[in-house]
Amino acid sequence: MVQSDVLYDYRVHREPYYRPQGDEIALFLAAYKRRLPVMVKGPTGCGKSRFVEYMAWKLGKPLLTVACNEDMTAADLVGRWLLDADGTRWQDGMLTLAARHGGICYLDEIVEARQDSAVVIHPLTDHRRQLPLDKKGELVQAHPDFQLVISYNPGYQSVMKDLKQSTKQRFTAFRFDYPSAEVESEILVRETSIDPELAPRLIDLATSARRLKGHGLDEGISTRLLVYAASLMADGVGARQACRMALIDPLTDDDDIRATLEHAIDALFP
Amino acid sequence: MPCSPDSPVAQETPDSDPRTEDWRRRLDCAFEPVQSMFADGLTAAREQLGEAALAAYIDAARLLCKLGRGAEPVLAFLEGWPTVCQCLGHGSLDLVLTWVRNIQRTPNGDVLGAFFQALPATAVALGSPELLAAYLDLLMEVAQQSSPSIHRRHAILPSRALPELIRRAPPLLAQVNLHGLREWARHGLRHYAKNPERQADYFALQSADSRALFQSQRQGTLLRAHERQLDCSLRALWGDPVALISYSEAFDQLRRPQPYADANGFHLPDLRVDRNGVSGLDQYRLTLAHLAAHRRYTRALAADNVSPFQRMSIECLEDARVDTLVLKRFPGLRKPLLALHPRPEEEACDPTRESCIRHRMTMLSRAILDADHGYRNPVTRQFAELFHAQLRQGPSDTASMAALAKEYLIASRQPSDAFAQVYFTDTEVPYRDDNRLLWYFTDLDDESEDHTTAAPPPTAPASLVHHYPEWDYVTHSYLADWVSLYEHLHSRGRAEDIEQLLHRHTGLVKRLERILAQLTPQDRERLRHQEDGSELDLDWAVRSWIDHRCRRNADTRINQSVRQVRRDLAVSLLLDLSASLGDPVQGGSSAQSVLSLAQEAVAVLAWAIDRLGDPFAIAGFHSNTRHEARYWHIKGFSEAWRDEPRARLAALEAGYSTRMGVALRHAGHYLSGQKKDKRLLLILTDGQPADIDVSDPDFLIADTRQAVLELERDGILCHCISLDPHADDYVRKIFGKRFSIIDRVERLPEKLPEIFLTLTA
Ligand SMILES: Nc1ncnc2c1ncn2[C@@H]1O[C@H](COP(=O)(O)OP(=O)(O)OP(=O)(O)O)[C@@H](O)[C@H]1O
Ligand SMILES: [Mg+2]
Repeated sequence: MVQSDVLYDYRVHREPYYRPQGDEIALFLAAYKRRLPVMVKGPTGCGKSRFVEYMAWKLGKPLLTVACNEDMTAADLVGRWLLDADGTRWQDGMLTLAARHGGICYLDEIVEARQDSAVVIHPLTDHRRQLPLDKKGELVQAHPDFQLVISYNPGYQSVMKDLKQSTKQRFTAFRFDYPSAEVESEILVRETSIDPELAPRLIDLATSARRLKGHGLDEGISTRLLVYAASLMADGVGARQACRMALIDPLTDDDDIRATLEHAIDALFP
Repeated sequence: MPCSPDSPVAQETPDSDPRTEDWRRRLDCAFEPVQSMFADGLTAAREQLGEAALAAYIDAARLLCKLGRGAEPVLAFLEGWPTVCQCLGHGSLDLVLTWVRNIQRTPNGDVLGAFFQALPATAVALGSPELLAAYLDLLMEVAQQSSPSIHRRHAILPSRALPELIRRAPPLLAQVNLHGLREWARHGLRHYAKNPERQADYFALQSADSRALFQSQRQGTLLRAHERQLDCSLRALWGDPVALISYSEAFDQLRRPQPYADANGFHLPDLRVDRNGVSGLDQYRLTLAHLAAHRRYTRALAADNVSPFQRMSIECLEDARVDTLVLKRFPGLRKPLLALHPRPEEEACDPTRESCIRHRMTMLSRAILDADHGYRNPVTRQFAELFHAQLRQGPSDTASMAALAKEYLIASRQPSDAFAQVYFTDTEVPYRDDNRLLWYFTDLDDESEDHTTAAPPPTAPASLVHHYPEWDYVTHSYLADWVSLYEHLHSRGRAEDIEQLLHRHTGLVKRLERILAQLTPQDRERLRHQEDGSELDLDWAVRSWIDHRCRRNADTRINQSVRQVRRDLAVSLLLDLSASLGDPVQGGSSAQSVLSLAQEAVAVLAWAIDRLGDPFAIAGFHSNTRHEARYWHIKGFSEAWRDEPRARLAALEAGYSTRMGVALRHAGHYLSGQKKDKRLLLILTDGQPADIDVSDPDFLIADTRQAVLELERDGILCHCISLDPHADDYVRKIFGKRFSIIDRVERLPEKLPEIFLTLTA
């Protein structure tokens, strides 16, 4: 017990605000109890990361997040040899760190990683719960607290960027979507203390834009962007400017879509 | 309005005035019809012109009489001039007479009758003598340039364009200014200089280019220019996409059609001019909001046993109700709505002389929508209040409005309501529709749709026959060998045509070239442990360093580099060749068919895929019952994208129906032979699966869905590109989330490669 907490920096110290959309909290606890690997899927900015952060807090476990990208290599996850004054030193990657010391490793946007990097997680996800460090010649046995969580946005249209079946089939999945109107407006009010009268109007606008998905918009307005807009408005920025800045301009350069959304703003915010 | 066409009511005149006979002598015109109208005409003219101008008027008529063009110009002048004069002043008479003399010197003198016939209305539309002068110049220009001549000097025959222009000028000038009219006319002069017959058609607005050009001269907001935006608005704000269909007010002066909704969609005027500070676009939006709200909230009522006044009153309250609901959802629309909704003066209508029913109802509607209406009439106020009490409970419904409307009619009835003379001013609400869907008639027959099958069969060269099953969703089983599919090599056209299509899109091709060049991250492979390379390979460097420190032989391959690799992907493109592809592009100005756009798009796409080096195949399909599904081979995987397949692409023709499932299965059959990591089947179509031997629309949808699932199981991903903007429902049913809808077909050539690139990026 006296052993110093290697993962102290990764602990979630304050309770994050998370508004459940359903029974996902209980289900996650159940999955954790069995240390089942978890995949959270859903469109961008719908609360996936927030949920994982909340669960880490609730479980009292450190959370090690890796934002995956295509330049990432297996070494970034597993670890590598480094040079220092005395020669060489092994440094654990995030995945190894979590596995060794018992944290939740959250691989955000796993599809962005190259597929050969992604496969290093495989041995950790079956009953062996082991991570071989080939370069170091070590076999790390996962700490009992360790859990692997990945996020995955199925909205990608690219057939190239899909998870391999063999990867998908190692996870239990939580399917997220943008929260219902009431929940979403509750989130806005809690996160930004925007005028509760105005929040539903923002949601109406988001609903309008989400209907254009596939008709000029690749993604609808995310909860994250709504939070941005709401916080601008809570600070006194006019609805029009706030919405344009946080909701329209980031989303599209298509003139017709812009005009449609600007009209929607005018119609919704007198 | 500088002047108005209405002449004051003629006054009773004593039978025979000696002065009239003096004027008659001065006129000195023996035509019988002129003689018989003269007395009345003179009285009216005296009223309007005043005694002083009368002499010039009569002298002008006398001149016209002596021109030898018959009675018609004289008659028309005598009747019409007073109006012209009121509008443009006496001074314009000289202008006109000078023009008459000039035109007499050309072979076009016979046009004078039509000219004077149209002159009053033209003058009203022009509004100033300066513009009249410019208009007369234009007529002269047209006369000179459109009269067939010898050696371009001596005109020998009258112009056929001139009378057309003169006759049509008044309605045309109601929509364009003189400048626009001149531009339009000059285009016709220039482009049909050698072809008088087609030129006459042009000036009669009979030809498509003439109409299109005229439209472009009109001022205001064109529906076509904003169609996609409005479509998006409907989708976004109402979640209820409906086809927008435009009608023209330009060529239909008599009855100005109102917007309306029917089974085909929303019908809107093709052009809206700014009005009361509300832009044309905002007017369209308001009309759409009104129509969409009707669709959502209005339930049709039986029209039998409802009197015309009851109908009017019910429509008024129902319109007010849907508007109220619109404003509740979209408070920002209040401003334009109130700016457009008329606000009749309370005392403007005199119930002892005319029927005030429209006036009254418009006020009620205003009172409902505008809290600051300021009307004092107690019945109006009372019913506005009753209305709001109803709507405070919820959205209410059409039937309750009908009940309230009937009560209102009783409470507000006036004896004059039935007068023939109806007060009309300020009673038209321009953003509303004609409410034809509010009523149904119980004794109306259903129209039966007739299915017309199109196009003669493309002659079928030698073919291979394949048999495929079809999925019966009712019994949940396959119908074995149900469909016969004939596979042919497509006939060939000119490969150069395809090259040319590419040239038409040089801008796009350049842009794509840049994107293709950037399309690298996914097809890069890192080569490690290299002697030379672009950067240090840290792991190997460390290893060498350790070896070096341990005084072992150090490996010098400590670099890494990046290499392009081929993408591991095979693509098959399947084109719907059903009859509807032959239709012209909706809303497009040219007569280009959807098919030819698809050819362009495929030409660009094929070029792009070829550049990327992915193996790809192209085929087309259509069907004429399950006994005759056809699969047209355009390009095979092993063929290079050279003249042969291009020539086949150039020769595509549209015909028959869309049996999609069997085509997918067959394309998938070839695709699965490609040993690639990813296999993508793109299908380009403009409608849902259908064939003439299948009446249940769900049958082929379910079969196609099944085919997609079969392919997915075999590791082939199907992605549908639909040109039907209203395809969401069935496309989603069939393809899940793997589809793209192209709302504006004209943009297909850029969209298709774009979709492909995002799919495979
Ligand atoms: N259920 C929720 N409770 C509280 N806040 C939420 C919830 N859902 C979304 N949010 C808000 O939305 C923001 C974005 O959520 P988050 O970062 O978790 O999205 P994400 O799904 O992980 O997106 P991405 O896929 O882009 O990483 C959060 O910062 C938070 O403000
Ligand atoms: Mg996230």
